Amino acid sequence: MIRYIIKRFLMMIPVLLAVSFVVYFLMDLAPGDIVGMMAPPDATEVEIEMMRKEMGLDGTLPERYFRYMKNLLKGDLGMSLSMKRPVIDIFFERFPATLKLAFGSIIVAMIISIPLGIAAATHHRSWLDGASMVTAMLGLSMPSFWLGLLLIILFSLKLGWLPSGGSDGFLSIILPAITLGAAQAGNLTRITRSSMLEVIRQDYLRTARAKGVSEKKVIYKHALKNALIPIITIFGSTLGNALGGAVAIETVFSWPGVGRLTVSAINSRDMTLATGCIIMFTIFFTLTMLLVDIAYAYVDPRIKAQYSK
Amino acid sequence: MVKEKYTVGELKAFKKRSIASEVWRNYKKSPSAMAGLIVVCLLILVTIAAQVIYDYDTDIVQQDIMNRFKEPSLEHPFGTDHYGRDVMVRVLYGAKYSLSVGIVSVAISCFLGSSLGLIAGYYGGLVENIILRTCEIFMGIPSILLGIAIMSAFGQSLLVLMFAIGLVYVPMFARTARAAVLPVRDQEYIEAAKVSGVSDLRIIFTHVLPNAMSPIIVQVTMGVANGILTASSLSFLGLGVPVPAPEWGAMLSSGREYIRDYSYLTFFPGLAIMITVLAFNLMGDGLRDALDPKLKQ
Repeated sequence: MIRYIIKRFLMMIPVLLAVSFVVYFLMDLAPGDIVGMMAPPDATEVEIEMMRKEMGLDGTLPERYFRYMKNLLKGDLGMSLSMKRPVIDIFFERFPATLKLAFGSIIVAMIISIPLGIAAATHHRSWLDGASMVTAMLGLSMPSFWLGLLLIILFSLKLGWLPSGGSDGFLSIILPAITLGAAQAGNLTRITRSSMLEVIRQDYLRTARAKGVSEKKVIYKHALKNALIPIITIFGSTLGNALGGAVAIETVFSWPGVGRLTVSAINSRDMTLATGCIIMFTIFFTLTMLLVDIAYAYVDPRIKAQYSK
Repeated sequence: MVKEKYTVGELKAFKKRSIASEVWRNYKKSPSAMAGLIVVCLLILVTIAAQVIYDYDTDIVQQDIMNRFKEPSLEHPFGTDHYGRDVMVRVLYGAKYSLSVGIVSVAISCFLGSSLGLIAGYYGGLVENIILRTCEIFMGIPSILLGIAIMSAFGQSLLVLMFAIGLVYVPMFARTARAAVLPVRDQEYIEAAKVSGVSDLRIIFTHVLPNAMSPIIVQVTMGVANGILTASSLSFLGLGVPVPAPEWGAMLSSGREYIRDYSYLTFFPGLAIMITVLAFNLMGDGLRDALDPKLKQ
């Protein structure tokens, strides 16, 4: 198991380097450059050239990328070109907000989808099953930024119960978390249902029923525990989706997270900030996936046995 | 129930029923899948009709300041926007952007992704490793951010949007196709074909691809749905089809400024996106059940 974890960690390095190359290259292709945007209008050629050198933007693309990569390998993401501060500081200033939103949305998604999925599976092919599947399908098909806007119209503008944006206090996270959570809930409901349906057919449940265990206990004690195992895997990708999906939602609710930061960095051609943010995103995403795999092995002894072989 | 004995007529009937008609027979049984198919057909009809009926310059983008912000009424069922343009006409006309982005981008990612996946699965070894690792790199970047980066690198246009979204979903197709090839890679009939001197390309097309077909078909319909959603998010963020084209995400984004007083401007384009995505998702679900009845629960 330990060996497996170390191997996964080492495999992250080439992936991150490649990600940095792809993003750096794409940003370089983008028309318009930040030096031109930031230089005063009366700057001379020489002054602009000096600014370029100061920002580390002189030389050909391979030269520049190589310099960037050398620093990256030392763990240095460089300075933001537009804000003149270390990228890593800016990122971690904004990251807690995104993380809060991601976890909030997962809580919302679980509150909606696990009971809904169980109800659908235990009342298989009834109206309840149909209704929860329709709800899940709607959640999957709805553009999340639209849902966000509808919630703002209803709860902030018409009813005035909740703030429509910003991030002060608990109330302001409710709408963004519901918006992002609803998008995840669709998928999670369907997976809970199918995993529950599979478990319900197992022999050990028939045995439990035959022993005279009450139906409630059969479902919540015997079936749910086993059905939750595949749901854990989804938890990881849900967190990843939440981090990525947050981009549009953060814009809708003016939430001060890294999604919005990255978009504005890309738009202002701040290469180091944009590349740095995406690299950090990728690191968190890969780490979550790794954690999920480890958790998976602990929850399901069958998988742990595979690793120890 | 499997019968012990069949009459000659029954056996002939079995033979005649092709895979496609079998799938269609299963597909027809699901009302939701049929609803999805009907809505998709209607959308295509509406798109074509809108191109014929409306003129882009006079009906879609021309401003009519005297009539701005008219609430939904009989004359303008979805109201008019901040330039006095009829929202319903724009929504109907705009179907073309979402549908074309969804379909073309999936065609790109399906072609590139499935080819890579088939190659990876069939050859294995180093080739497989390189393809899979490359996919991992692109899957590590959140798709919307990758989309934004591509859009800003190559400029905003409908064509770039299709290309960007197509590229973003290549790894998904590659993995689906590869996973479908793995179980048949070591089958004896593949070996037999190799021994008898059939070329690799031919083996892939005649023996390997048919096995990978059903998961790819399902992925295609789901991919159209995802592509439409991603495209509308990009347009919503101002990085998709440039204004004044009536792309739904872009319409939502410009309607957002007037959300306080004219919320209907955000309502209808979003509803259109949802209906379209829903229809493709329902079709995808129906196809999956129809192609693999064993999976259906």
